[in-house]
Amino acid sequence: MYNKKTMVKNKFRYLDLIRELAITDFKLKYQGSVAGYLWSLAKPLMVFGVLYMVFNVFVRIGASIPHYPLYLLLGVILWGYFAEATTVGMGSVVGKGDMIRKVYFPRIVLIISSSISAIITLFLNLLIVFLFMIFARLIPNPVQIVLFFVLIVELYVLTLGLSLILSSLFVKYRDIGHIWEVLVQVLFYATPIIYPLAVVPMRFQKIILLSPISQIIQDSRWLLITNQTVTSESVLKFPLLLIPYAIPFLLVFIGYNIFQKSSAKFAENV
Amino acid sequence: MKDNVAISVTNVTKEFRVPHERYSSLKQSILNTFSPKSYTKFKSVSEVSFEIKKGEFFGIVGRNGCGKSTLLKMIAGIYTTTKGDIKVNGTLSPFIELGVGFNPELTGRENIFLSGTILGMKRKVIEQRFDSIVEFSELGEFIDQKLKNYSSGMHVRLAFSIAVQAQSDIMLIDEVLAVGDAAFQAKCLDYFLQLKKEKRTIVFVSHDMGAVKRFCDRAVLINDSEVIEYGDVEKVIEKYSDINLKKVILEQNKVNEKATEIISNKIAKITNTKIIQNNRPIKKVDPNTDITVCFKVEAYEDIEEPILGVTIKQKSTEQTVFGSNTQVGNYKTRNLKKGDKLLFSINIKNVFSNGTYLVTPAIADKRSIAAIDRVEDAAFFITDGWSNNFMPVQVQHSMKVKYDA
Repeated sequence: MYNKKTMVKNKFRYLDLIRELAITDFKLKYQGSVAGYLWSLAKPLMVFGVLYMVFNVFVRIGASIPHYPLYLLLGVILWGYFAEATTVGMGSVVGKGDMIRKVYFPRIVLIISSSISAIITLFLNLLIVFLFMIFARLIPNPVQIVLFFVLIVELYVLTLGLSLILSSLFVKYRDIGHIWEVLVQVLFYATPIIYPLAVVPMRFQKIILLSPISQIIQDSRWLLITNQTVTSESVLKFPLLLIPYAIPFLLVFIGYNIFQKSSAKFAENV
Repeated sequence: MKDNVAISVTNVTKEFRVPHERYSSLKQSILNTFSPKSYTKFKSVSEVSFEIKKGEFFGIVGRNGCGKSTLLKMIAGIYTTTKGDIKVNGTLSPFIELGVGFNPELTGRENIFLSGTILGMKRKVIEQRFDSIVEFSELGEFIDQKLKNYSSGMHVRLAFSIAVQAQSDIMLIDEVLAVGDAAFQAKCLDYFLQLKKEKRTIVFVSHDMGAVKRFCDRAVLINDSEVIEYGDVEKVIEKYSDINLKKVILEQNKVNEKATEIISNKIAKITNTKIIQNNRPIKKVDPNTDITVCFKVEAYEDIEEPILGVTIKQKSTEQTVFGSNTQVGNYKTRNLKKGDKLLFSINIKNVFSNGTYLVTPAIADKRSIAAIDRVEDAAFFITDGWSNNFMPVQVQHSMKVKYDA
């Protein structure tokens, strides 16, 4: 039985731990240098470059959309964060198995620290998006920025929920790694990242926009780039409209419970 | 819980399920949902209770695999208990291994902050103690090198220097801490003595009875997942060596049943090799007491003045530590006729350090000195009770230092 005083002390101690682990993740990712950061930008920019060539120059699927390159870039970067954060989050418990077997700390610390390091990367990448926006003379006003920040919070909650579920399962079932990789591929095409939703038949639009990741990407585009974006609000009616917004919080709730239940056995199973 | 109690362990049981088939993939586990799962329950710790008081140096003692590490992990909160309750009063630092969380890609400096935080130190505290950590580790300028470039010695020194700085109320120390070269071991011992002086609560897991005797105020002995003895350190150590002895004797008896007679060319045969003390066969021998090694010889043919002798080797090192025979001892033997029987015995003072010793009797021809019969490892005895144990043979000696000479 830990008395109250030590409980409070312990909480702070874990904040320190979260910060230290997140800093470590971040350092390792970028090898502690600016060049490392630039290299990490190469991936989303490369994907963006390829998609831009294919869908704006060859196929011209986005011709109807103003600022299509920016529209595409924002989608690619938000998606990149979603894919990376969930994949890294999934492996964050197993990857720290050595620590888990030797020290006690609330295991959720691992998920939170890895999610923080992913969100820092997202903010760095968004700086690039804002830079391009300024070139395109799309300068967001403070209200837009605040609303966009709310959408980022929703996205963070979504990835956190998925990370909690995936990491718990990954301890027991290692093929979750492959399954999730395939699912991410499927989701990539089920999300309006490269194609404008307007080209999709109406009933599919409705289904696609039930997904929170689609809703977040479309809302962000609508907010920052062009109001000619099909959003969940413009397609779904009231009760259904709640679904994409409710899913992230539901996932966090479910994920937290699964995680807390299975984390007691992590040291034995990992 | 009483205020003076740091850790109380009440009826704690830990069971591991060892599945006969382990499904490590979702596919397998879905495919096998409907087939009954079979597993064996393995009790690692069973109904264990004890209390550790504040400021106590408490030992947890037991053979390998007795469950003491599992118990330590439950106290540290790493494992959950299957049954029972563990209460901890105060902050706790587990040292189950040195250098937890070390990352080879980071520099020594970065690893100090990372590992220190994992051990529960605040960043400010680490900053304050940073210089003394570096000094203690003797790493100097290497502190800004990546850990992967460190030698294993540097690695251990850094890890230990961080561990020393953890200032928790309760420290759990596993025996694995006491590894490394002699200089490092000496540092470990100094550290333990300092902890003891500071009246910190220490839980010390070990099977080194010397260390337990030296440091621990009280101890608990665990064998086959149960508490055998609890409280007095002397009693715990005594019980522990009893258990060990029984185990060693059991193992050695098995080996001796298979003991092979190397030579049996029917000229002579050695039988009944025994270790005797006070007219009784004995297995456990106290230090510096007299023992008699004896064996019987039956001659199948005439033998002229045979040489009779024994060699004794230390089991762990396979090193022969003693050997003598009638020839080197200038003991004249009689000629043997076919059918003669004799009993040979040799008295030895037990100057052999702690461990198991194997006795090989032999009879040899006078001229060729070739063995006629020899029974490899025919008997054994165990020495236990030397306090100083670092050489195979304990020679009686005295020392004197004369100052101002």
